[in-house]
This record gives sequence, C-alpha cells and structure tokens, in this order.
Amino acid sequence: MIIANRKPFEEIVDMLKPYKRILLLGCNECVTVCAVGGAKEVAVLSSELAMYRAKEGQPIDIKEHVLERNCDPEYVEALIQVIGDREVILSMACGCGIQFVGERYRNIPVLPGVNTTFYGVTEEHGVWTERCQGCGNCILDKTMGICPVSRCAKSLFNGPCGGSQGGNCEVNKDTPCAWQLIVDRYKERNMLHRYLELQPIKDWSTSRDGGPRKRVREDLKI
Amino acid sequence: MKRESNLKKVLSAGHFAVTAECGPPKGADEGPIKKKGGMLKGYVDSVNVTDNQTGVVRLSSLAACVILKEEGIDPVLQMVTRDRNRIALQSDILGASALGIRNILCLSGDHQSFGNQKGAKGVFDIDSIQLIHTVKTMRDEGKIIGGEALTAPPQLFIGAAENPFADPFSYRVLRLGKKIRAGAEFIQTQCIYDIPRFKEWIGMVRDEGMDQKVYILGGITPLKSAKMAEYMNGHVAGITIPEGIIDRMKKVPPKDQREEGIKIAIETIEALKEMKGIHGVHIMAIEWEEIVPQIVEKANLYPRPSL
Repeated sequence: MIIANRKPFEEIVDMLKPYKRILLLGCNECVTVCAVGGAKEVAVLSSELAMYRAKEGQPIDIKEHVLERNCDPEYVEALIQVIGDREVILSMACGCGIQFVGERYRNIPVLPGVNTTFYGVTEEHGVWTERCQGCGNCILDKTMGICPVSRCAKSLFNGPCGGSQGGNCEVNKDTPCAWQLIVDRYKERNMLHRYLELQPIKDWSTSRDGGPRKRVREDLKI
Repeated sequence: MKRESNLKKVLSAGHFAVTAECGPPKGADEGPIKKKGGMLKGYVDSVNVTDNQTGVVRLSSLAACVILKEEGIDPVLQMVTRDRNRIALQSDILGASALGIRNILCLSGDHQSFGNQKGAKGVFDIDSIQLIHTVKTMRDEGKIIGGEALTAPPQLFIGAAENPFADPFSYRVLRLGKKIRAGAEFIQTQCIYDIPRFKEWIGMVRDEGMDQKVYILGGITPLKSAKMAEYMNGHVAGITIPEGIIDRMKKVPPKDQREEGIKIAIETIEALKEMKGIHGVHIMAIEWEEIVPQIVEKANLYPRPSL
C-alpha cells in the first residue's frame, strides 16, 4: 500500500490561514490502513483545527468526508454533492488522490494534509516499512524475493557495500541491510552460486527516469 | 605523456607497492594538492585522490589528479557512482585517460547522508562492480555501455576497494571474487587494525586463489589519538578497531599518542609484508599526509623502485 505521514500541524494551520469553510477529505484505502487519512484521523485533525482556530479568534467551519477511493473517478465524481459552499479541500489522501480530486474540481484549491512517502507494508502494529519503488522491471526472482532497489540505501545490484555492519545498513542502524538478507536467503536455500553472478546494469527507463508512466488496457476501455 | 601506470609497473615487477591517499581541499586552490604531492613524491608509487569522500564537497578528484600528474606523480582517480550516472561516469573515464591518468579506483561511495549535502539526490545508477566492468569493457573492447564503439579506448589500471571487516564476513571473499571477475586488477582494503580478522580474510582469499588474480594493497591509517580511534570505531561506517588497540592508545599520554599511532601503523605494515597474498600497502593518513615519508622510511620501504 501507499504509506504517508501527516504534515506537521503548524504547516497545515499555515496553509488554511486564508480559509474559513473547509472540506477535510479522507480516503478509505491505503491511508486508512496506515492510520494517517481515514475517518478517524480526519475527525482528530478536524477537532485539533477547530480548537486551534477558535483559540486564535479565527473560527473555522469544517465539513468532514471520507471517500471510498480518491484515485477513482466514480468516487471522486460523487464529491460534487459534498463540496457545496466549501472554499478549500484539505486532503488526507495520498499524492495521487490529492491531484485527482484537484483535476476534477478546478475552481477549488485541494491542499495536501499528508506527505506521501513510500510503498510499504505493516511490519507490526504501528510500524510501516518500504518494500517497493515501482521501478517497472521487477527482479525479485533474482534476489530471493528481497528488493535491493528499494531496500538498499544505494540500490546496489551487487551488494553488500562496505558499510554493512551486524546485518544493518550504514545509513540507519535500525534498517536491515538488504544484501545481508539476500545473501542469508541464498545460503538458507543452498543457492549461493546465484550470488556469484554479476548482475547486469539496470535499464531505468521503466522507472521514473523514462518520464511519467501510463498503462493502457484497450480491452477494458469503454 | 607518461603512457603506463607506475603502480601497475611496480606491482607487475613484483615489488611491494606503497600508495598514499590525498584528500583534495574544500576550495578552488591547487596549493594544498601541490603541497601534499610534494610531501609524498618519491616515497610512494602512486597517489590516490578521493572523490568527495564521505559525501563532503571538495575539489574534484579528476582535477586534483591532473595537478598531481603535472607534479610528476602517478595519480589514482577515485570515482564513485553516488554522484554521476552512466553518462557522466563514462565521459569522465574518457576524459581522465585523455588527460594522462592511468589508474582508476571504482567505488559506490559513502552515502550522501554522511556528508554536508544531506539533501542530495543519490544517483547510484550503476554500482561499483558494474563500474569496474564498464571500465574494463571500454578499455579492452573499446565499447561503452550498450555496445557503441569508442574512437579510442581509455588506458586505465582498474582498482576496487574491499572491506574485510564489513558483514556478512564469510561472503566478503565471494564479493571480492565478483570484483575480480568484473575486471578489478588491484584492490585497496579498508584500514586494518584487527590483524587476526584480516589474516582470516586473506587466508580465505588465498584458499580461493584470488591473490594470484589480483594485487591486494592493505589499508593503513595511522591513528593520531585515542579519541580518533574511539571516534572511528563508533562513527565511521565500515571501520572496526579492536579494544586492544584503543586501550594501547589510551595508555599513552596524549602528547605521545601520535608517536604510538605511527608505531602501530609500522607494526601493521611489517605484519602485512609477511602475509602471503599481500602485494603492498595503501596509506591513508587523513589530513596528516606529511607523516607518510616517515612511515615509509621506518617500514624500510624507502627508496621506491624507479621503473
């Protein structure tokens, strides 16, 4: 799923300064699972904002709403019933949702309430970690199911680098060294010979480096 | 123009090689490089110039190599994949060769988060092993990545680094093997303080017959103080200093700690000279280049062969 962090409260307050009637918009998908932009978080931010603005003598009228998905036109279209007299939308969806709502409703600003960070997993309750970078050419079959592109700080294809210590990355001691994990798994499965292969230079054109990406399924088009 | 690497000549003639490291200044002045070059000239076979080491912006390695070359020194160009993509790397490889640089050390580079440009975008388009292979292909096949032919191939003696003290320990030798297969001809190791662990590593290298395929230069960094030893042990990625060495430095009064550091360096060189599979030393006296001649002399490695 897509992982995000809520923006600092001060930054949100600053963005909303010119507005009195806001729509605080959440999403029921990824940002709900990673506890940043679901119904609960929308309600919490709404109370925080209302209290802060009341204290400042600048009361704010907040309408809360959570879409099933912010990245799907069907749900985004339904927002038309909700927007009404709102001056601004503060979106707690990921960067995709924020933009997609903004593309549909051009006469109302859609501001980001979160920083979208990575594609990851819930490692344990309250802990999310990165697993994929969307490079467009998966090599997990060659690296024992562990992605060096997203999980090695240097995206090495022939790691580990000299900074791997005690199983951890030199950049952050709490981050496991992806190449230690890969090598351990090669060993577990008696496949260390695979490690000896020189991994070829990657073609990054399938990644962001090839420009913004698009996928079309002609058979699904209506 | 000097046509061949002095380092390669020294190593292939079977001499115990001595190289040193020179960190370029944080400014546009050639003075410090000439000064460091002047101190090292005649005491080492080549001088290795760091490429924005630890992610700190400094005068470029290529420019410093050219300045050293003009001073009559055989430079080793360090090149990291952190800051350049394959277009820039290959272009600089060609440029370096055209400028008469004859040695290259291929590295991935310290992560940018360690340096003074923490917000920098790390490039890492290719990794160090792929860079080694790229230089080899350019030199031996006259081709760039993708197969296009060069009008003239670069002439470079290809080096790589290896850290025998990083983890996973038992796989370090396998990775060295990958570097050799990719095209590495000489290896510089991380600074050695833990001689038993280094011996274990070089034993594994010999068991694989790798010491017959590549020249290995043991890394030496003289300690300036007990504080430096503790700092390096705790904060520098990939470096481990045994408690015994730190204690030895601590037992000496601060004013004599430099002398003790030099003694440890010389003892380490002596130990390396006796180790089968070691073909030389690489002295990385960080901002202390002036000490290198003394270490070389005391380790009975002076004068250097003139080939």
